[in-house]
Amino acid sequence: MDSAVSANFLNGITLLLAYQLVGEVSARLLNLPIPGPVIGMLLLFFSLLVRDSLAQVVEPAASALLSHLSLLFVPAGVGVMVHFGRIGEQWLPITAALLVGTLITLALTALVMLGVQRLQRRSAHHDA
Amino acid sequence: MTHEYDLAQVWVYLSASPLFGLTMTLLAYGLAYRVYVWGKSNPLLNPVVTAVALLIALLWLTHTPYQAYFEGGQFVHFLLGPATVALALPLYRQFGKLKTLWLAVLIALPVGVAVGGVSAVGIAWLLGADTQTLLSLAPKSVTAPVAMGIAERIGGIPSLTAVLVVTTGIIGAVFGTKLFDVLRIRDDSVRGIAMGVAAHGIGTARAFQVSAEMGAFAGLAMALSAFVASVMLPWLVSWLR
Repeated sequence: MDSAVSANFLNGITLLLAYQLVGEVSARLLNLPIPGPVIGMLLLFFSLLVRDSLAQVVEPAASALLSHLSLLFVPAGVGVMVHFGRIGEQWLPITAALLVGTLITLALTALVMLGVQRLQRRSAHHDA
Repeated sequence: MTHEYDLAQVWVYLSASPLFGLTMTLLAYGLAYRVYVWGKSNPLLNPVVTAVALLIALLWLTHTPYQAYFEGGQFVHFLLGPATVALALPLYRQFGKLKTLWLAVLIALPVGVAVGGVSAVGIAWLLGADTQTLLSLAPKSVTAPVAMGIAERIGGIPSLTAVLVVTTGIIGAVFGTKLFDVLRIRDDSVRGIAMGVAAHGIGTARAFQVSAEMGAFAGLAMALSAFVASVMLPWLVSWLR
């Protein structure tokens, strides 16, 4: 890796961690129910709206993290081994809740969104 | 004999060092990802499932407890924080499109969060799950760090919630695009929003594999629904009781 690329990565990850830190500190100081990283994300989003050039600074680190987002869930996923007992005893309700619940949520969220868009288009026609 | 003794010594060192857990996590994921690419990105070969299965088999064979593994795994786990912050970038790039969709998003999000929590708890309750399982299931569609916080607040088991969250994400990633095809939902912004609300980061990772637009909207929905869920779910659960 040439030094310019690695310097860019370093700037990007530093900025991401700084926003997360500000997010974590404000969540605690203001006693917000929202987790620090999510506050950090919103703060970075507003900063980008104000200053577009920030996008180039975070780009290398952000795309590195987001291109292998799945990897970051692996250690938590391995945690299933600690709960094999409980899951074994209640496998039916847990499996059904996860499978059916997730499919219902996917379908209803998408359909509600389409429904609202359709209503909006209809009312736009009425106005015209 | 001395050779065996040396190996045992090496193992004592490795099992106490984060190096083992960290290296194995990256190796298992690298292998799982190759399998996924070889399988022409078939969602059934989701790299999280393969990597988790490989690691559990390895830990079981080596009699390594999860806590010892997580000493190393935590370094990867930690990156979930900056990765969540990084979602601001694709969101910013899709902001033009978001402006035209804000009303639909504003209505679909709380509906999706409520359906996600109530459907899981309702189904598990009907089939006889105990209270702790029910409370751990309620935030299953929310991104892992937030879901664990919610589980703790409402009296669930945070580490069980983490597992249920990851499984939910995998279900969304594996079946989501098929379900949208069946329902003839073709708009990538709508698909992305539903994926982010129902299947958080793993769904978002899958969405990015489909298109940058679907990924950005999934990331947006994941982040916003984390807000909505941290306010709404504790209230919904207390009302359900």
